[in-house]
Amino acid sequence: MTGDAHAPHGFWTRYVWSQDHKVIAIQYAITAIAIGLVGLVLSNLMRMQLGFPGKFAFIDAQHYYQFMTMHGMIMVVYLLTALFLGGFGNYLIPLMIGARDMVFPYLNMLSFWCYLLSVLVLVASFFVQGGPTGAGWTLYPPQAILPGTPGHDWGIILMLVSLLIFIVAATMGGLNYVTTVLQARTEGMTLFRMPLTVWGIVMATILALIAFPALLVSGIMMLLDKVAGTSFFMPAIVSMGAPLDYKGGSPLLFQHLFWFFGHPEVYIVALPAFGIVSDLISVHARKCIFGYRTMVWAILAIGGLSVVVWAHHMFVSGMNPYFGFFFATTTLIIAVPTAIKVYNWVLTLWRGDIHLTVPMLFALGFISTFLIGGLTGLFLGNVSVDIPLSNTYFVVAHFHMVMGVSPILVIFGGIYHWYPKVTGRMLNDALGKAHFWITFIGTYAIFFPMHYLGILGMPRRYYAFENYAFIPQSAHTLNMWISVIAFIVAAAQLMFLFNLAWSVRHGKPAGSNPWRAASLEWQTPQTPPAHGNWGAATPVVYRWAYAYSVPGAAEDFIPQQAPPQPGVEDEPHMPRRTEVLS
Amino acid sequence: MSQATLERRSTALPSLSVPAASTALWFFMLVATSLFMLFLMAYAMRMDQPDWRRLPVPDVLWLSAAWLVLASLTMQATVMIARRGRMEAAHQTMLAGGVCTLLFLCTQLWAWRVLGQSFADTPASSFFYVLTALHGVHVLGGLWAWTVVWRRGVDGTRDDAPDEVRLMTLCARYWHFLLAVWLVLFAALGWLTPELVRRICGTG
Repeated sequence: MTGDAHAPHGFWTRYVWSQDHKVIAIQYAITAIAIGLVGLVLSNLMRMQLGFPGKFAFIDAQHYYQFMTMHGMIMVVYLLTALFLGGFGNYLIPLMIGARDMVFPYLNMLSFWCYLLSVLVLVASFFVQGGPTGAGWTLYPPQAILPGTPGHDWGIILMLVSLLIFIVAATMGGLNYVTTVLQARTEGMTLFRMPLTVWGIVMATILALIAFPALLVSGIMMLLDKVAGTSFFMPAIVSMGAPLDYKGGSPLLFQHLFWFFGHPEVYIVALPAFGIVSDLISVHARKCIFGYRTMVWAILAIGGLSVVVWAHHMFVSGMNPYFGFFFATTTLIIAVPTAIKVYNWVLTLWRGDIHLTVPMLFALGFISTFLIGGLTGLFLGNVSVDIPLSNTYFVVAHFHMVMGVSPILVIFGGIYHWYPKVTGRMLNDALGKAHFWITFIGTYAIFFPMHYLGILGMPRRYYAFENYAFIPQSAHTLNMWISVIAFIVAAAQLMFLFNLAWSVRHGKPAGSNPWRAASLEWQTPQTPPAHGNWGAATPVVYRWAYAYSVPGAAEDFIPQQAPPQPGVEDEPHMPRRTEVLS
Repeated sequence: MSQATLERRSTALPSLSVPAASTALWFFMLVATSLFMLFLMAYAMRMDQPDWRRLPVPDVLWLSAAWLVLASLTMQATVMIARRGRMEAAHQTMLAGGVCTLLFLCTQLWAWRVLGQSFADTPASSFFYVLTALHGVHVLGGLWAWTVVWRRGVDGTRDDAPDEVRLMTLCARYWHFLLAVWLVLFAALGWLTPELVRRICGTG
């Protein structure tokens, strides 16, 4: 029997107050995409000002900083984090490990509703007096809560409250994901048989559980500085000509706490992307992932290192040179496991039977953009190089390539890959390819030239660049072209949304396993999977998720739950069965 | 395939899986440890500023600590009694543990009154209120779980004593954690000084 206490009994429990991980995943994804569109529009509004300064009267300096702040926070936290963990994590973890659902379905439902509440509070800040905060996405005090910064009154309060609610949601979800993976794997699904997607999401979740408390701590303390008059972060300060009651607080303390969250946050976004792209490449190249165990250890090493590099975001704040040396070294060491992953992706492709499907195109695009973004990270990891470049467009180019474009390409790839399982229909291929090429070439055209603007010394965070003698006219022309391309890329996303909506009813029927994939989520008795996922009995797993093009096998893939075939060595990363027996 | 395996594979997840709850509790304790550790690091770093004035910690906090020690011991006793199968006595001991915990919270509120400083008076008083409030919230969360487990036991409708004992064990584990956190906070609030911080960090 598959029925249980949280089985849906009607419209409301099936689609609204649902405790089914698949419905919750879709709720998370729709909410994240909706708020992500707001972030996209905000970026275009910024580009309107940067490309055509002074042409749009409604974009004044105050609005520009509000757009910038909200764009950054929305994209990093409310889109990427929520979509990877709440969307992909919720949908894929139980299906990929052969579970019927998350272990705490009610908590899972609460997690989504808290997330939705956090988004609504964030959006509400657009409508309060003074508008949303314009403090920059890092919300540095003292400026974040002082007059002169847009949204210093209600905007910053709502931002902090929204973040605190988001952290509660992420913690509830995170406890669920980790516990489900550790406690609800089906028979035979050992940790080293799990798809790398699950490894990436779980490690990112553990990072979130460790790092989000730092944002909670800094958020609570800044909120108290704002509303209760404490001086955790606020030094003695004169504002608008008048001395304030604050004294003795340390703005640097906030920076440490913020980046103790902020840097792992990069990997909270990157690790699920690493996992998903590994699976996409393996399936669409019809080849087992190269160096599976190394990939797992690299995920763990990156996760571990990511919590001891935070102060490389603070080189320009000044620090003991020995600390600078330590943080530069740990930052550069992260390049080692990361490079291992890139080599392994390339070696998986090497002599593979590469199918240039839409998911594969996005995966290949990711390798390219991540490589570029990662290499420029090596520049910025060095203190002496970082200091002159830190306040320039070089940094904007770096982080957009490595944690903006790269993860979003994986998100698109993942959606094109798993949409057939979620809906039972394929997304339109022609629209998908057009979407990929416009997005891939477009984002390159937007962010690659920014490296040159940065090396030219063009400062970031500026609202306008008139009357700076060192900025040549060609930089302004380049900025205009970047803006035009940004509008085109944004418009192309409408094509993606249309494809998502149109294909639900009109897409080609997908069947249960259109990509002929070996992992467990493609082996459900129904597509889309029914409540409980597995019908009468959960599957028994006999091998890893990467049994592709196995010599001697009847087909070019062997599903994880297919019984072993004599003489077929389908799990090369594990000790041979005969060795185990002996 | 054995009959037991077949049954396990075909059964839906139970409404509350105790091993899952145990794992989740370990991870929740990790999250809470991270939270309190970061607050304490912020506390130590804030101490380094010249305007820091030490807070005279109210003596009544010793009474608080005593209540929580008693609560923690009582919860442990609950588990030991329940493991011997004396469930009635275990429920009564558990009730006593809950009462001690409530008394701890009341004593903390009393300490707030005794302190006689407002929230924003000094950085030390701000930290005092924030840290004790945050710990209090975690205690309240524990009391919510305690209520669920205790009611589950006393209503007598479930025939799953082994599960009940395991849930009591989880409660006891969380109570020990709450006590450990409180002792660290108490020590930091009462005895951590800027000089000591500098000596620990090697900057003094």
